[in-house]
Amino acid sequence: MQGRIIGQVKRVNGPVLQVKGITDAAMMELVHVGEGQIVGEIVKLSGSTATVQVYEDATGIAPGDNVYGSGMSLSCELGPGLIGNIYDGIQRPLEELRRLSGDFIGKGISAGAVDEKRLWHFVPVVSVGDTVSRGMVLGEVDETSRVRHRIMVPSSMQGEWTVISVESEGDYDVRHEIAVLEQDGRQKRLDMVQYHPIRVPRPIKDRMNLDVPLITGLRVIDSLFPLAKGGTVAIPGGFGTGKTMTQHSIAQWCDADIIVYIGCGERGNEMTDVLREFPHLVDPRTGKSLMERTILIANTSNMPVSAREASIYTGITMAEYYRDMGYNVAIMADSTSRWAEALRELSGRMEEMPAEEGFPAYLATRIAQFYERAGHVRTLCGEEGSVSIIGAVSPPGGDFSEPVTQHTRRFVRCFWGLDRSLASARHYPAISWLDSYSEYAGELKSWWDDRSQGKWSRNRARIMELLQKETRLQQIVKLVGADALPDSQNFILEVCTLFKNAFLQQNAFDEIDRYCSPEKQIAMMDLILTYYDEGSQAIAQGVPMVKIRRLSVVQEMARMRFNISNDRIEEIDRLALKLHRSMTQLGGLYED
Amino acid sequence: MRTETVIDRNLLKGREYRGASRIDGPLVYMRNTHPVGYGELVEIIAPDGSRRQGQVLDTSDDVVCVQVFEGTDGLDLPDTRMHFLGEPLSLSVTEDMLGRVMDGLGHSRDGGADPRGSDDRDVNGSPVNPTSREYPRDFIQTGISVIDGMTTLIQGQKLPIFSGNGLSHNQLAAQIVRQAKVRGGASEFAIVFAAMGVKYDVAKYFTDSFEETGVLDNVALFLSLADDPSIERTITPRTALTLAEHLAFDKGKQVLVIMTDMTNYCESLREISTLRGEIPSRKGYPGYLYSNLAELYERSGKISGRSGSITQLPILTMPNDDISHPIPDLTGYITEGQIVFDRDLGGRGIYPPVNCLSSLSRLMKDGIGEGMTRADHPHLSNQLFASYSHVKDVRNLASVIGEEELSETDNLYMKFGEFFEQRFLNQAFDEDRSIEQTLDLAWEGLSILPAEELQRLTEEEIGEHYKG
Repeated sequence: MQGRIIGQVKRVNGPVLQVKGITDAAMMELVHVGEGQIVGEIVKLSGSTATVQVYEDATGIAPGDNVYGSGMSLSCELGPGLIGNIYDGIQRPLEELRRLSGDFIGKGISAGAVDEKRLWHFVPVVSVGDTVSRGMVLGEVDETSRVRHRIMVPSSMQGEWTVISVESEGDYDVRHEIAVLEQDGRQKRLDMVQYHPIRVPRPIKDRMNLDVPLITGLRVIDSLFPLAKGGTVAIPGGFGTGKTMTQHSIAQWCDADIIVYIGCGERGNEMTDVLREFPHLVDPRTGKSLMERTILIANTSNMPVSAREASIYTGITMAEYYRDMGYNVAIMADSTSRWAEALRELSGRMEEMPAEEGFPAYLATRIAQFYERAGHVRTLCGEEGSVSIIGAVSPPGGDFSEPVTQHTRRFVRCFWGLDRSLASARHYPAISWLDSYSEYAGELKSWWDDRSQGKWSRNRARIMELLQKETRLQQIVKLVGADALPDSQNFILEVCTLFKNAFLQQNAFDEIDRYCSPEKQIAMMDLILTYYDEGSQAIAQGVPMVKIRRLSVVQEMARMRFNISNDRIEEIDRLALKLHRSMTQLGGLYED
Repeated sequence: MRTETVIDRNLLKGREYRGASRIDGPLVYMRNTHPVGYGELVEIIAPDGSRRQGQVLDTSDDVVCVQVFEGTDGLDLPDTRMHFLGEPLSLSVTEDMLGRVMDGLGHSRDGGADPRGSDDRDVNGSPVNPTSREYPRDFIQTGISVIDGMTTLIQGQKLPIFSGNGLSHNQLAAQIVRQAKVRGGASEFAIVFAAMGVKYDVAKYFTDSFEETGVLDNVALFLSLADDPSIERTITPRTALTLAEHLAFDKGKQVLVIMTDMTNYCESLREISTLRGEIPSRKGYPGYLYSNLAELYERSGKISGRSGSITQLPILTMPNDDISHPIPDLTGYITEGQIVFDRDLGGRGIYPPVNCLSSLSRLMKDGIGEGMTRADHPHLSNQLFASYSHVKDVRNLASVIGEEELSETDNLYMKFGEFFEQRFLNQAFDEDRSIEQTLDLAWEGLSILPAEELQRLTEEEIGEHYKG
């Protein structure tokens, strides 16, 4: 690919190059450097010099090497065939790179994001003479057995266009011309692929309210700190607190239509784990393989740092593309701290003046821009779609006061703080019920209450209050021991312990426990609060707490998350009945 | 622009330049050279005729900055000569390096000739394509209860030891090297040992220990000791890992890489970064410390279709025992878990002094259980963590209200804590426990507690193993 020469390399300092003799070049233009055709992007222009960041290892680039312009910004290739694929940070398909360069990633190799040979069964939905505008659907192909891919008018085509011709139903590859559109005598030939610059949000019609929860199957999240479809959440936690495990669980079980999983500067083996595991996992709702709804982006920690910076944008652009077809998309970014560090590293190489802890002053702006691309929207083709962002944050030393966590907190409305002491006790997911919050709880109240006869919001408030009380009581216990408390207070500790063990904890490897349906969550929470109510009553009648906790039904409650599957929720009602009988019996013994 | 002739760099490579413009620490600046590639290997000839190696750190039209691995002692401005070799720093890899002692660049240190292979490899390596990786799941039995039982080591894992000065990390590493075996697997471990800035006697401790157990022929040692130039340390682990990749992925060996002490490596990076006037991030360490460490740690694992594996055991001493210090912190974010040492346990004479609550093995979940270790292992280790974590709470309580005031159950927890530390954790330096022994010992300890406290175990498991 020999484009026009736009200048020569002047200086090389890691992944940042100075280029001299610039004649015509645009900000954020995609360039290729040297004979090796290393991919880069123009990030600064000043007189006749430009600063270029390259997305591959810069070794071997020398002053005097030619820089070739491409005339376009760093863009995503969008079309059928993205699902089930794994890409690097600049959307190069890793499977294809493996075929081209073996087990280790070589330099200067490129490959298209979508397979150009594969045939798709195209069904047109417009006819000759129709008027269309950008984002409107021209035809459909079945990308996987659960994803119907809508071929839309590219986002770059402003105004109204008339359909001059459209291909009839049949099997075509993505480069086959499927329609010709005309505007003011100008004709545009379209195939199934469109390009969109990764740093520019895709256009929408308007934004809608966030009132449907993204069900994750994790009890602590759905019941206590729910996330809405189209919402944003940050998961901060030191190393080993389970960020990645939580992200994997959500990617596996949440009820989004499409998952975009971005491994940004993380471990290679973790991506391999996802890659090997997902095809074998079955979605509980559709019975289909999870890979049929997943796109992976793997820019592991040892891959070039500038591609790590781009990976977040690549991911969200693909997410927006599927949102525009009317899907609910969830995007996991693991971890946004590595992305922020990539910004810092590049900013340092460009010798920019640093703000806090060496991070560039525009850090907050970039974080805000990223999270604002989430939302529940009316798309240009009139469908409803959403992009939810679940961003992991890796604060150095587990200290939440560092810049990335703090800035992220300003722009997300839900916060799942991971706690090291919970993780040490292997309480997973280690989401702290004291640090975490969800501003969506109010907006999602009616969704949940409709399904629980109004119990959800009341029970949630009660359990949160109990947990707060427990924290205060624990401080007293630390000083004087649990025996010094009256049974009524001790019972609060008892109920909270049960709640933590039987409800908040969840075993990601247990066949039954790893996904908990909303109905089961409602029933479990209600049962535990019934236990609190009836137990408190019995204690008031003079029953010693020891007798209550030794009840066999309490042991059964402790194990209900493993023993009662999602389709046998009536078992929980049976437990409630048994609990009531045992309590009445106990009460009878002490009545006097 | 287009008329400007492109200078053919290949014709100019190897040309000799004389006279440096500036020398600053390990960095030498040379002006008016031909266009030199970033990261190129440089040969430096000192005024006394000795040859050194260096690498291009920054290159531009007018000046090239070179870091000299052997240090700049004895170089002067007018008579220093340089050849830019037009290729990155490489290591000529060969199996003959096993049984040899080398310096950080792979040159002989034991008096023999430099080991020469047929294949030159860029020491910086290339990232493994994530789709080519094979997820590691083979259990390595180290014979050490706390590791096998609670932070299981997996073939292809990178599991660092976070230690402090004066703790027994070297002994533990030596014990792992001696005892490590893959159950049912016949192939021996080949060991690649990289020492960065460690003292002579520490290096000697390892060589002696390898010699005693007769594995020395299977060990390649790359030593860059405390009195060697600090800059050499930045290349030592790369050289070592280049050999490890050759042994594992070309020769099909199971390779165990020990790198000690990563703290010294990071100090050297900081030294160079400061000299170059780069903008520092935390505690003066360069902003790219994470990426840089990742380039090392990620060179471990398994590749599908190839029989070998690289397991890394990096050792680092936490400055001031602070786990939130940038070095252990960034390491923990890259590696697949960590083994953390505890000064208290060490002080009480418990070996290995592993603080199991802050230790973790991320790959453990897929390498244990039925068919790999034993069916009860996953829940059992989970229970050990939960119970021992409760012991800590009970101890805190006891220190306030006194042991006499503790409830009956809490007293049992105190007893369990004692058993756990003295019998399960504590073991002799030459004691090799099989995984069954380890798990049975854990059950013996948990049997001190009432069965209803063991909520992480299933009733069947309790029925089968509980001895209370």
